[in-house]
Amino acid sequence: MRISVQQEPFDLGAEANAFAAGDTANGAIVTFTGVVRDLAQTDLAYMEIEHYPGMTERAIAKIAEEAKTRWSLGDVLVIHRYGRLAPGDRIMMVATAAPHRKDAFEAAEYLMDYLKSRAPFWKKEITGSGAEWVAAKDEDEDALSRW
Amino acid sequence: MDVLYFAWVRERIGVPKEKVETTAATVSDLVAELSAREDRYAAAFADLSALRVALDQELADFDAPLAGVREVAFFPPMTGG
Repeated sequence: MRISVQQEPFDLGAEANAFAAGDTANGAIVTFTGVVRDLAQTDLAYMEIEHYPGMTERAIAKIAEEAKTRWSLGDVLVIHRYGRLAPGDRIMMVATAAPHRKDAFEAAEYLMDYLKSRAPFWKKEITGSGAEWVAAKDEDEDALSRW
Repeated sequence: MDVLYFAWVRERIGVPKEKVETTAATVSDLVAELSAREDRYAAAFADLSALRVALDQELADFDAPLAGVREVAFFPPMTGG
């Protein structure tokens, strides 16, 4: 299991290759990547992501450990960036390795749902008309109830 | 204890972190104490349903006791992912 909370960009291909390398026990590897998008076409200049150093790593580790108890997982990777990100930049990725794909897919979805509303990150959007904190959505909170 | 603020809570209160001497028994008591201090705290804590709290880096409830806690953090609902 590897968790990285970092400011610098990550190489999606290199991370996915390293995660999959030499793994003969797991027949399924799922990766998910989150990308900064210009949500409302509001002329998003960039996004500023703040986090809570210390708690962030602990919260993600706890979410990943919980995923490992719920599904048969060989390995988990979570990379989440903070700081200034432009539209098109990759914010984060999760990867799961499991003997079977159902576990890998479901665990990746579980990780994403929990990272959205239980990992201490806050997004601020800076547009041509000002800066605004992104509000948490009810549907993100509701998404947790399915697990 | 150390009290930390993040995102708009930090902006509204004006500092990311401060030391607070308190005898507050619970998080709610601490919130009441801070809110009574100055308007900027009262403004930040006006709607507790819009806030979350962590005690020693674990999410907690506003009625949670503060005994033994070293670090309290207030922030809006998280928007990771």
